[in-house]
Amino acid sequence: MLGRTAASLYWMSRYVERAENMARLLEVGYRISLMPGAIEGHRDEWRSTLTSAACEHSYTEKHGDIDGAKVIHFLLFDESNSSSVKSCLKTARNNARAVRTALTRDVWESLNSTWNELAHIEPENITSDRLPEFLEWIKQHAMGFRGALLGTMLRTDNYYFSQLGNFIERADNTARILDVKYFILLPRPSDVGSDLDMQQWAQVLRSVSAHRAYRWFYKDSHYKPWLVSEFLILKEEMPRSLLFTYNWINLALDGLGELYGSRYACHEIARETHRRLKNGDMEQIFQDGLHEFLQEFMAANNNLSQSIATTYNFP
Amino acid sequence: MFAPNGSVRAPYARVEKWLENLGNEVIERALRESEARFRRQGITFAVYGDDKASERLIPFDIVPRIFSATEWRRLSAGIEQRVRAMNAFLHDLYHRQEILRAGRIPYDVIIQNEAFVPEMVGVNPVKGIYAHVMGIDIVRVNENEFYVLEDNCRTPSGVSYMLEDREAMMFLFPELFAQQRVAPVENYPAMLRKTLDSVAPSTTKNEPTVVLLTPGIHNSAFFEHAFLADEMGVELCEGDDLFVSDGWLYMRTTQMPRRVDVVYRRIDDAYLDPLAFRPDSNLGVPGIFDVYRAGHVTLVNAPGTGVADDKSIYTYMPDIIRFYTGEKPLLNNVPTWRCSDASDLKYVLEHLAELVVKEVHGSGGYGMLVGPTSSKAEIESFRAKIKARPTNYIAQPTLALSAVPTFTQSGIAARHVDLRPFVLSGDRIRITPGGLTRVALKEGSLVVNSSQGGGTKDTWVLED
Repeated sequence: MLGRTAASLYWMSRYVERAENMARLLEVGYRISLMPGAIEGHRDEWRSTLTSAACEHSYTEKHGDIDGAKVIHFLLFDESNSSSVKSCLKTARNNARAVRTALTRDVWESLNSTWNELAHIEPENITSDRLPEFLEWIKQHAMGFRGALLGTMLRTDNYYFSQLGNFIERADNTARILDVKYFILLPRPSDVGSDLDMQQWAQVLRSVSAHRAYRWFYKDSHYKPWLVSEFLILKEEMPRSLLFTYNWINLALDGLGELYGSRYACHEIARETHRRLKNGDMEQIFQDGLHEFLQEFMAANNNLSQSIATTYNFP
Repeated sequence: MFAPNGSVRAPYARVEKWLENLGNEVIERALRESEARFRRQGITFAVYGDDKASERLIPFDIVPRIFSATEWRRLSAGIEQRVRAMNAFLHDLYHRQEILRAGRIPYDVIIQNEAFVPEMVGVNPVKGIYAHVMGIDIVRVNENEFYVLEDNCRTPSGVSYMLEDREAMMFLFPELFAQQRVAPVENYPAMLRKTLDSVAPSTTKNEPTVVLLTPGIHNSAFFEHAFLADEMGVELCEGDDLFVSDGWLYMRTTQMPRRVDVVYRRIDDAYLDPLAFRPDSNLGVPGIFDVYRAGHVTLVNAPGTGVADDKSIYTYMPDIIRFYTGEKPLLNNVPTWRCSDASDLKYVLEHLAELVVKEVHGSGGYGMLVGPTSSKAEIESFRAKIKARPTNYIAQPTLALSAVPTFTQSGIAARHVDLRPFVLSGDRIRITPGGLTRVALKEGSLVVNSSQGGGTKDTWVLED
């Protein structure tokens, strides 16, 4: 397979995943903006949405003050923002177009019809009341794409490279969301948080669609900050947790190793990160510093991405 | 479809009946379905200089264009003759230049031609073939007469529309194909693959490794590049994916570099190799031309084939055919005036309102004048351009092109068509029965180019 084909498959999946994550982040921002108590904290919530999306800098450069409608437009439609949903879907589709020969018809058509439908959506029509419906649309389409990929692609290198892009992006996203809010997740002497704290924790869970799953998993309707962290970092049952993503990353890398008959530095980097998560202990992580842990994780994850690119001759 | 006396010509008999019984509703639904189908699959082409509509569909018309087996046999004999002559001509131009010595074509027409590639002199392509993939544009002017409008031997496109139009027709109206035997076109990619394999260099070990080289997703014909690579089971490469090392061509893979034997390139000569041609090109592969000259890779088509489809050479085609085959041309040229010739130029300037004037190097229907449908002002401004650079233009009469029923907003109506059959030359010459029929959708228009609002039709060759 061409190195460029591998790179395109990788980025195609990464960008679809990013578009979906962006929709989740906006969902949370939107909920908060509707809450009566949050009027004052309002601006901060949009700021934190921008930070979680790693778009705060580029937004302030363009717009200066934080304004809800502008933030929404910036994260959904602004093509000068390479992480806006529109840019993500465009990049994903361009990558898919370039490697149509490596995709099944179902995967291609899923992405292509998403793009064609998006082209007919006028940003002005996505007013506040229609936002939830539109965010839902984005998630549905991203999931349709992943379904087509899982359901129709041969388990060869095409599939493994797509999976790597998907899960490296998801790992980065979950880690960033946790890091932006790490200070509210630190264990405190008192066992019970205030209403505002509860709200904040719920919001972290929601931004990875995990608030219900949390209750099922811990059989507890009261969120506890250290359990929220544990759930999103160390629990392999949780499909957006760091450990879960590294289980899949390892599977894909093992697949490549077996197919090509060689293992490289990237295999070692992934194994090492996986080992740290698998043997991880939440108490220890808190002691060493949650923020430091997440920063290191993101650096290692990024390092893995680069190592994969070099190893497999991405252009 | 109709003979001059108004009767329906024999090959169209069944389709005419079918059309009569076809309600507008059925037609409109079929058109909607086919459009949705093309959109979903991404069968689009890009229009340069038009940001908004950077991906468009080529309008597809549901009424097929039909040839009888006899008509087709006659046509394909003429095409084959022309293609053989064209390859012999190219070989001669880049070797002994007998035709120039014999005085049949002036030296200047060749030597000063931008498409002539001096670096190709003395190079011996595998099997002596230069133009492996050609599209020849043909118009029908009456029941028994076909004219060649233009030869395309650089990187002709459109074959994917020929294939997809047939798929669409079989999907929308399967009953038509049950009623009569239409020669299949679907094996074109397999024939192309065979042709490419057959011209692999002698240094090839085992199965030749073939790639399709594309300028990338922003090229107007990118869909076709991806489509053909997929159908042939070969890698679709951009320039960056290939590199030269120690005199051989390789592609960068996720594992070891892999040697490449045949490149079906869909980028122009000038961009092929920044070391040999345009140094500012980042679409090509540095050093690929040296590998080619050393006989370690085959480029399809060969560099320098453009000189044979140049509009100034076109006027000499009948002589070229006689010179290399010793036969009378089976297909005629459209009578053509060369503005480089003083008496021709005088005639052209006096008759602009009746003529079609084209740029010698133009393509895609850009930069031409269609006299009868142009305003006085347009004609006058074109006159100035011709006077300023007469060698840049040729002129032809407006032809009574054959018209075929076409679905329009005011129902079925006659529209002008041309035909581009696709011809492959390798171990043998292969012509796909049919080709791409392009139709001018505007009433009375003679311009069929997709960039100028033309559409396409499925083209049938009926079997005996």
